[in-house]
Amino acid sequence: MAPIELTDANFQSEVLESDVPVLVDFWAAWCGPCRAIAPIVTELASEYAGRAKVGKVDVDVNPQTAMQYGVRSIPTLLFFVGGQVRDQMIGSAAKREFQKRLDALVGQTA
Amino acid sequence: MSSIPIPHDISFEGAAHHRVLIIGAGPAGYTAALYAARANLAPVVYTGLEPGGQLTTTTDVENYPGYVDGVLGPAMMEDFKAQAVRFGAEVEYGEVTHLDLSQRPIKVVVDEETGVLADTVIVATGASARYLGLENEKRLLGRGVSACATCDGAFFRGVDLAVVGGGDTAMEESLFLTRFASKVWLIHRRDELRASKIMQQRVMAHPKIEIIWNTVVTDVLGADEVTGVRLRNVTDNSERDLAVSGFFVAIGHTPNTALFKSWLDVDEQGYIETRAGSTQTNIPGVFACGDAQDHVYRQAVTAAGTGCMAAMDAERFLAARAG
Repeated sequence: MAPIELTDANFQSEVLESDVPVLVDFWAAWCGPCRAIAPIVTELASEYAGRAKVGKVDVDVNPQTAMQYGVRSIPTLLFFVGGQVRDQMIGSAAKREFQKRLDALVGQTA
Repeated sequence: MSSIPIPHDISFEGAAHHRVLIIGAGPAGYTAALYAARANLAPVVYTGLEPGGQLTTTTDVENYPGYVDGVLGPAMMEDFKAQAVRFGAEVEYGEVTHLDLSQRPIKVVVDEETGVLADTVIVATGASARYLGLENEKRLLGRGVSACATCDGAFFRGVDLAVVGGGDTAMEESLFLTRFASKVWLIHRRDELRASKIMQQRVMAHPKIEIIWNTVVTDVLGADEVTGVRLRNVTDNSERDLAVSGFFVAIGHTPNTALFKSWLDVDEQGYIETRAGSTQTNIPGVFACGDAQDHVYRQAVTAAGTGCMAAMDAERFLAARAG
């Protein structure tokens, strides 16, 4: 299962109104470190299918969402539960770090 | 991170056993992989957290021989990887978290959970951007503080920015940021730059860049995002605040060698020491290449060169042992 393509238009319904925690990866095509972690993000989407959502926001195409969450550096990963940012990571990290943080939120609804 | 003993619950029973295990995936690691693969040694590369290495955070590489018109750093690293893979190198997105260089075969732990064995290890872990070490710099990282202009520059359209540093990286970051910023202040602690002449000329000639000489950054200001930096002039000790929306750090690099310090000889800055004219470390079968052992040249081409040397040194070591 591939990560969901998030946009300024579907962010509300896909992320803020989601019943499960959502990991949102803010990225852009020109960002090397973003490309480097992309395979990890894709793997997480499959591994957490049903328990958490994983989505990607291309900041070039969706500047509104990036600006709204004060994203000033990519990759930035925000963890949403019940429409609220509950955790964040900036820059690349090991897969287990993403898993650890997702595991802490899975099962929570607000 | 310092070298931590291998946890007892990691199993090496039935673990994959590699003749050549390469740690790091920049020009040094991928070149070592290419040469080891072509020597039929079936190398494995563990990329660590920055696959592609420092070049993934640059834009145009104009000084790598063979690319007549230059090449984008990330694209070049994809070429390096593809070439190594073409000859059978295995590339894994894993981080080596523990290792024991005193045993044979060498024990390696990936991602704190998987045990792997190796006859030889090539250390190509490179170096990472250094920060000033200020508390507020850390707090505001990703909120206006950055060490990667190419990653983050586009978020700073039409605002004033500050860059600290005096080497080629600082010049490159400043020039790149002029694409977006209305003004770039380049802050340098001395009265001359150490960057190459061509980069200095480009910076000095740029209408958007102004250099603040003999000055250090003592604090980063801002509640939720960067609003300025506090500067101290080192000649007269005067302090002032400079209003900027972003602060880019380009003051050099620290070698990623903490994992190896229990076993390998390093210099006072942490660079791995190798025998002159080779990549041999103080431990037989362990080789070091690229920026992890080179604080003098630190170029993609020199990293590739020593990566090649490391693979050939490993090949000879294995041949001598077998013979």
